[in-house]
Amino acid sequence: MFSFALTILLDGLSYGMVLFLISVGLTITMGLMRVVNLAHGSFAMIGGYVAGYLTQHGMNFFLAVGAAVIVSGLLGAVVETTVYRPLYRKGELAQVLLTIGLVFVATAGVTEVFGAFPYNVKMPEYLTQPVDIGFRTYPAYRLFLIAVGAVVAAVLWYVIDGSILGARLRAAVDNARMARAVGMNVNVLFTGTFVVGCGLAGLGGAIGAGVMAMEPSYALKYLRLFLIVVIVGGEGSFKGSLVAALALGVIDTLGKYFFSQAASYLLYAAVFALLLWRPQGLLPAKSAA
Amino acid sequence: MSAPTPKPTSPLGEMTGPGRFSLVGHALPWLVIAAFYFLVDDYLGLGTQVMIWVLFALSLDLALGYAGIVTLGHAAFYGLGAYAAGIFSIHVSQDPILGHFFAIGVTALFGLLSGALILHTTGVTFLMLTLVIVSIMFEIGNQARGLTGGDDGLQGIRLDPIFGVFDFDLWGHTAYIYTAVVLFIWFVIAWRLVHSPFGRSLDGIRQNARRMRAIGTPVWWRLLAIYTISAAMAGSAGALSAHATKFVGLSVLSLLTSGVVTVMLILGGTRRLYGAFIGAAIYYIVQEWTAQISPYFWEFVVGIMLIATVLFLDGGLMELGDRGARLLGGRRRAGGGE
Repeated sequence: MFSFALTILLDGLSYGMVLFLISVGLTITMGLMRVVNLAHGSFAMIGGYVAGYLTQHGMNFFLAVGAAVIVSGLLGAVVETTVYRPLYRKGELAQVLLTIGLVFVATAGVTEVFGAFPYNVKMPEYLTQPVDIGFRTYPAYRLFLIAVGAVVAAVLWYVIDGSILGARLRAAVDNARMARAVGMNVNVLFTGTFVVGCGLAGLGGAIGAGVMAMEPSYALKYLRLFLIVVIVGGEGSFKGSLVAALALGVIDTLGKYFFSQAASYLLYAAVFALLLWRPQGLLPAKSAA
Repeated sequence: MSAPTPKPTSPLGEMTGPGRFSLVGHALPWLVIAAFYFLVDDYLGLGTQVMIWVLFALSLDLALGYAGIVTLGHAAFYGLGAYAAGIFSIHVSQDPILGHFFAIGVTALFGLLSGALILHTTGVTFLMLTLVIVSIMFEIGNQARGLTGGDDGLQGIRLDPIFGVFDFDLWGHTAYIYTAVVLFIWFVIAWRLVHSPFGRSLDGIRQNARRMRAIGTPVWWRLLAIYTISAAMAGSAGALSAHATKFVGLSVLSLLTSGVVTVMLILGGTRRLYGAFIGAAIYYIVQEWTAQISPYFWEFVVGIMLIATVLFLDGGLMELGDRGARLLGGRRRAGGGE
């Protein structure tokens, strides 16, 4: 029983860590610029496909993941400066439409280049094997996901809570106008955050491909989950997104084990109730909404 | 964003819409619909589908265009209307008119209840809630197999003749005319609605809800009212689709359905009512044309169209037409309210 519970917990945590890696950038950028960015999953998808292509052509897994992060980040920089800039002054509707348009373009592009079928990211052998963790054996890959997620979370935690850059970021999320008034360049801060967020999404997409398989519909299919993490955690709240992603991962895994029929249904109902109860999310970043 | 200045409304509420619709402008879409019936007999099914989407897009125009309710959840109403009409015809009565009213009633009630629950939220939270509602509805449609047929779809819909006279024929003549009549009725309702003081107050709420509240407008009630009406209209479109095809697929409740109808509306132009007509028609033409090149090409084209519309063409294709008309005939004053 204990071993079973621990297995579910580990499954849920590793899944949640992938959700966290992909969603954390979205959380911060939505909190900073209030842009409704529905295209964020596309960056994870592109990262996953880049890693898939490179590993299938014989590149080392870690180098390929590095390349995926860089490509996603660069693409984020290009898209932010060209397409997103004009959006900040427009309303939510324009943002929703344009970013959905980007999802369509990314999906069609990926289908055209890589085909309509699931695409495999080739993992090194030592990751695909199970390892002994004392009371049972467990896939090394999932432990790897938890480790990477934990390291990234720790680094982000340090940067956001402990560095001057993080202080700027928090100030800008809390009140962008005030931050501008005291001389911060919020635009540059935002572009930087956006690029890092896209890179992390690429990382999550690339290493998480074993949990959330790469396919052209990836960006739209998992959009709900990413948005749930952001909204439930609270826009702009880094800690909120970590808690929400891990909780979502564990709850979803639990649901799949015990109520395979009604799993997603219960999950959505829970999110619905939560949003009605706390429209600002679990751990809102802003002191005053 | 254009901010239409309030203009004096004639008692009938006509001719004062954006772009100053002439009588020709009004007659054109309906003449096209009538002409299509006589000229393109082989494609009546397609014509019916386009009109159903026009009605669906029209319903979204009321909520999204006029009242500024940014939702991705309209597929919930469309799908509910379709399933309500289909299930009613199988289990209760095969009368199409009765079934249609039943579907409208059910979706209006659902719009009222869901709207009452979620309309106090705004922005991303609201968007998320509408998304979650569609997701829940999709799951219910998927799992209540006994009632909905799950992902096989709802089959076995049978209908009596309309008023006991007009039978739903194999070639879709009746379905086409029936759909056109329903669309016309809803259009007149929508046109009167948006040119009434109630419609004006929605304009105000969209532009500045806080200020409207300050001058005493019951914002929440107005939003709830238009959300309910819009839901009923979308449900009516769904019922038409169930009746015309005698089938309801699970995809009516998918997020993509919400996406497609939004694309149509935006492409045609919001807050013009006729934008829905142009948008739905163009969307279908583009889809037919691009799907021949590659099955995924249309998704690409739709994406590019969306991006281009947002970045360069705020008012959709109708706005493009207005600009062209203004260039050609300098006489026409800028009526789009820019």
